[in-house]
Amino acid sequence: MAIEIRIPTILRSYTGGAKSVQASGETLSALIDNLDAQHSGIKARLVTDAGALHRFVNVYVNDEDVRFTGSLDTALKDGDSVTILPAVAGG
Amino acid sequence: MLKIDRAIHDEIVAHARRDHPDEACGLVAGPAGSDRPERLVPMLNAARSPTFYQFDSAEQLRLWREMDDRDEEPVVIYHSHTATEAYPSRTDISYAGEPGAHYVLVSTRDPGRHEFRSFRIVDGIVTEEDVEIC
Repeated sequence: MAIEIRIPTILRSYTGGAKSVQASGETLSALIDNLDAQHSGIKARLVTDAGALHRFVNVYVNDEDVRFTGSLDTALKDGDSVTILPAVAGG
Repeated sequence: MLKIDRAIHDEIVAHARRDHPDEACGLVAGPAGSDRPERLVPMLNAARSPTFYQFDSAEQLRLWREMDDRDEEPVVIYHSHTATEAYPSRTDISYAGEPGAHYVLVSTRDPGRHEFRSFRIVDGIVTEEDVEIC
């Protein structure tokens, strides 16, 4: 199972500069664990200690924001594409 | 240093005034690697708040894809403060996720006079820079 993940500029230090990497997982949570196994430290930038998606990142599966599809429980299948962007926000 | 077109500068200020008392937000795209802000893209503040702003996540994906297709990057990311000075707040700093961008703050707290300032925010460190309007 291969899922392509687009990596934003700010996280490319974890992927050796790569804009796009591959990983596998049946859910977004499993995918992130697999991604972290290959690119150590990236999970901590995506998931909080409490196990929720960080509010500083937007994650999209096939163009849908996962906040609307079950967040980290979002189911994935072979060929899905995932995009990570830093949330543009502030106060 | 941020070099920005007079017309784009004026339109950013006008956007901030229009959305006051909510915070306004948007970006200016430019050719990747050029550091030239050329294409103004005002964005909806999905939070519609006087103290918080957020790009709508679907609009943001569309815009980032469009910039990628056009070989552009976000050169300026701007937003307004409606009651405080044009300086990045702690929230602004914690969210700043585009290390290559110039973060522009506009303050509309004074109806007679606006403030327009630019900053780099990298690894949590804020550095103010000069703005040259050309």
